[in-house]
Amino acid sequence: MAAPVLSRRSVALLQPFAIVVVIVLGVEATGLAGSILDHWGDILYLTRQQIELVAISGALAVLAGLPLGIVLSRPAFRRIADSAMQTLNVGTTVPTLAVLALAMSFLGIGRIPAIFALWIATLLPIVRNTYVGLLEVPDHLIESAVGMGMKPSQILWRVELPNALWVIFAGIRTAIIINAGTAPLAFLIGGGGLGQLIFTGIALDDTGSILAGAIPTAIIAIFADFLISGFARVVVSRGILPVE
Amino acid sequence: MITLDNLTKTFGPPENPVVAVDRVSMEVQQGDICILLGPSGCGKTTTLKMINRLIPKTSGKIFVGGRDTDALDAVELRRTMGYAIQQIGLFPNMTVEDNICVVPRLLKWSDATARRRAAELLEMVALDPAVFLRRYPRELSGGQQQRVGVARALAADPPVMIMDEPFGAIDPINREIIQDEFLRLQQTLRKTIMFVSHDIDEAAKMGDRIALFRNGRLEQFDTPNNVLAHPANGFVADFVGADRALKRLRLLFVREAVDGAAPAVDSTDPLDRAVQLMREHGHERIVVLDATRRPVGQLRLPIIEGCHGTCAERIEALQATVTPEDDLRIAVSRMFTHDTVWLVCIDGDGRFAGHVTQRGITRLLGKTHRAPAQAIPRESVA
Repeated sequence: MAAPVLSRRSVALLQPFAIVVVIVLGVEATGLAGSILDHWGDILYLTRQQIELVAISGALAVLAGLPLGIVLSRPAFRRIADSAMQTLNVGTTVPTLAVLALAMSFLGIGRIPAIFALWIATLLPIVRNTYVGLLEVPDHLIESAVGMGMKPSQILWRVELPNALWVIFAGIRTAIIINAGTAPLAFLIGGGGLGQLIFTGIALDDTGSILAGAIPTAIIAIFADFLISGFARVVVSRGILPVE
Repeated sequence: MITLDNLTKTFGPPENPVVAVDRVSMEVQQGDICILLGPSGCGKTTTLKMINRLIPKTSGKIFVGGRDTDALDAVELRRTMGYAIQQIGLFPNMTVEDNICVVPRLLKWSDATARRRAAELLEMVALDPAVFLRRYPRELSGGQQQRVGVARALAADPPVMIMDEPFGAIDPINREIIQDEFLRLQQTLRKTIMFVSHDIDEAAKMGDRIALFRNGRLEQFDTPNNVLAHPANGFVADFVGADRALKRLRLLFVREAVDGAAPAVDSTDPLDRAVQLMREHGHERIVVLDATRRPVGQLRLPIIEGCHGTCAERIEALQATVTPEDDLRIAVSRMFTHDTVWLVCIDGDGRFAGHVTQRGITRLLGKTHRAPAQAIPRESVA
């Protein structure tokens, strides 16, 4: 058999760009490219705004979710871990629209309630994967670590977290994709972002406008996922990474 | 080196406790391998893990190197003891080198010293550092992982090692090889080792002492030969098996059973002399040596009786030989294979060193069977 022209790794690297090319070609084929590009100025401005929303709420969710997942996985907290997880589940099962409305009712309108609502929607996958990832570290690794004379904090940092990292990153990726896909709703409570183009397009029955908001939203999600998985491959030990 | 004094562990409510380890007292000498042996649930692993305090004891004392371990911090204590377990427990996120360097780094060795130590240890367990230092555990076979596990336990050169069925998860062939390697290492390292096993063959092979447990009690604590030769009670006898006499063969060596005074003839001697020597000693066979006392063949009495000439004319090939370093299991196995009760023993230079007979082996087993019983009156273990 002939050697593949591209290695698996370069295929993985090219994937998001390929998806973008497909989207662009698809749009071109529908003949809507012109009406989308009419919004070019808005697209650039609102995309930037939306990236900020996603980045800030996503970063805050990671900052809160990781420690929460770690704390819940500690033996002292395992008893309450299930109920805590249920509570967080509520945050995900309540429609984000409702969370936005609630956030608006006590935080007012603007970016802050939007970021808060996205944060809530993003938190659970991160907490859950951190918690589960840490619990799934085999007992005999912990036993070895204890038996060799590691302190609990050394076990957490040198054994548990490094071995749970791939699962944790999977949670972060899921979370950020949800986040990026939900972000247009922020427009409804004055949080800005590409929702402006989408909802205006819906109101005016302007497909070009809807696509002008939807396509960058999808691209943000794809590239966010791409960046995080790339980062994961750098950070996670080669001994843990799934075999390619 | 390690002394357990009335060590006890109970689980469950104080009013209705489950006794896992019941007043175990024993003393392991420096440089000895002590095998904690017994069926599942007998308390051997619990006893082991109380030594490095993975399981807190209920009462009793543990002394290591004369020091009461209660006076030591658990973390500090564990860093002075090598620890190896059945699942090996190599950290998958670390390279082989980093795995071995765990305890040295906990002990704040310099990075260079720790790395040098890792390379040295890999050599010691017969893995090429150039190949294996940078590998991750999942890139190793089970046997290689086990070797790295042993290397890691040895990393900080601890005087004491705690091993929980360390070779339990390897296939029988590799297990034998790794056991042999480990014993060879131990000859130079002379660590004091507590080693849990449920396998009497492993215990007999590896142990200087065997501590046999049942239901949390120490049933017998003795050398493997004595445990096999004089089981303290019916349970021990059952546990070591009905073939315990055969198992002892492995613990005894040809040099102990060899008859160094066995007669031999030169190939130039007349046959009459061979016949005469065999009749004198009551042997059916005699070995023929060359001028340098190397065996070249054998003569059998029924065949040469009544013949004349030199020994060289009637010589037959030797079927099998043993060396003084072979254990008696090998000797007996060769006897069965070649349907003989007589083997010629050859020393390291290839020279005649006597012969081993089935009757000699039987007599040796009987002798070592009785000797200690006369020397030390056994305490009843109950």
